[in-house]
Amino acid sequence: MAVLLLAEVNDGALSMDATAKAVSAAKALGDVTVLCAGGSAAAAGAEAATIEGVAKVLVAEDAGLSHRLAEATADLIVSLAGDYEHIVAPATTDAKNVMPRVAALLDVMVLSDVSGVVDASTFERPIYAGNAIQTVKTGDAKKVITFRTSTFDAAGTGNSAPVETIGGASSDLSSWVEDKVAVSDRPELTSAGIVVSGGRGVGSEEDFKIIEALADKLGAAMGASRAAVDSGYAPNDWQVGQTGKVVAPDLYIAVGISGAIQHLAGMKDSKVIVAINKDEEAPIFQVADYGLVADLFTAVPELTEKL
Amino acid sequence: MKVLVPVKRVIDYNMKAKVKSDGSGVDLANVKMSMNPFDEIAVEEAIRLREVGKAEEIVAVSVGVKQAQETLRTALAMGADRAILVIASDDVHTDIEPLAVAKILKAIVDEQQPGLVLCGKQAIDNDMNATGQMLSALLGWSQATFASELSVDGDSAVVTREVDGGLQTIKVKIPAVVTVDLRLNEPRYASLPNIMKAKKKPLDEKTAADLGVDVAPRLEIVKTSEPAARQAGEMVPDVDTLVAKLKEKGLV
Repeated sequence: MAVLLLAEVNDGALSMDATAKAVSAAKALGDVTVLCAGGSAAAAGAEAATIEGVAKVLVAEDAGLSHRLAEATADLIVSLAGDYEHIVAPATTDAKNVMPRVAALLDVMVLSDVSGVVDASTFERPIYAGNAIQTVKTGDAKKVITFRTSTFDAAGTGNSAPVETIGGASSDLSSWVEDKVAVSDRPELTSAGIVVSGGRGVGSEEDFKIIEALADKLGAAMGASRAAVDSGYAPNDWQVGQTGKVVAPDLYIAVGISGAIQHLAGMKDSKVIVAINKDEEAPIFQVADYGLVADLFTAVPELTEKL
Repeated sequence: MKVLVPVKRVIDYNMKAKVKSDGSGVDLANVKMSMNPFDEIAVEEAIRLREVGKAEEIVAVSVGVKQAQETLRTALAMGADRAILVIASDDVHTDIEPLAVAKILKAIVDEQQPGLVLCGKQAIDNDMNATGQMLSALLGWSQATFASELSVDGDSAVVTREVDGGLQTIKVKIPAVVTVDLRLNEPRYASLPNIMKAKKKPLDEKTAADLGVDVAPRLEIVKTSEPAARQAGEMVPDVDTLVAKLKEKGLV
């Protein structure tokens, strides 16, 4: 059966990593048609056509689809839904905004953050902040799914799938006002090979510079615990955890992070975890491959210097 | 304007969920239950809207088991004016799916005619992050998810949303469904006098059947298992040893 996959497109640009990981998760379900929707989406569509395993790309360009507003994007997907048994997307904030709306309009349940595909109707997903993995079998005729990208490898490129332009959609229910997007030379948090994260123990926005220096030395992405974001030490888009981003880099360095369940939910699938904390009882040490009990204000600069 | 705030009774966020040995689910018997933390933020925001004269009445709604009365009493103690409990199950281990909850909430919205539904962005038990979006779809309303700032002005609301790249601000027509994120506010604690007063506030009970909603699940739970445990690691005495270990593994 056929799969419709909503590509991650921001301001006309394809997020290759998230989209290619979702393609790799969806390939087993059937022929994958990728939908690139936005105010401009043609360039994203051309790029999506290179992903291995993509059978076809649909490009929908419409001012009403810019900024991924949920109402218009959901209407567009529902108008295409008839041809597909699975309607899927990477589990980004954009897709989590849109896909439950799509599911309700189709009178089916949504399966959020799916981490494993058992068969075309049976899926695994983490619940309770990843403290349990639930295997569920859906009885719905159409399956609406978001895939947790950190658990799937990105599909390769080199394909040249056909691209078709389709009509757009718009809605007057909501309108875009502005984006405040952090500009950074660092790698993207969810696809970085190394992530350096700071917690409440760092103590201030100013002192986060110590952690950032380590990240920059390693060419790493920056992350933060919820406590650090809540305290205003770090921006919201750095948050790793149950309700923030889920990452699984080759190396995750947690600095001044105690290791609350909610934080572990976002990073415990990292290949190697290093924890630096002055509290030897901190729960983060229970999941760390290498633990160092030390004052971060001396240990982190020393680490930055010696790496 | 009336504001409707759906609240869910979930495992307390400080408790670690334990998977039942027979794989049938997470053990919730004799576990501390509380209001879903995101829903507390929604209740708080509704109260703040009333405090600045943007909302007249706050109605808290919960869908689930009879014990969700306690969750509603918490919302009333924080400051909600009245509450509606929709009993949809008599087993504390039955999680009513977001689609069914959204259908029940739609029936309540049709009856109560709020201008705004404020709800948590996700429940910390099923982590589905779906009910608000689904309710908005069923109502044909606008939606603003993951709100970190909200201002209501006449027939529209301006909402700043926490998204992957940073923050996005959108304007939505009212009536709207807004789902709230962590940074929107810090919920107040209910004072003892308010806890006492809450016991006298109206709490209506209905059943899903009264509202004509079928809550039969669409998803069959095949099994619930423990996640793969991480191997115990080692403590290193100093930075030099750490650097050596990381180099040995080819990580840096």
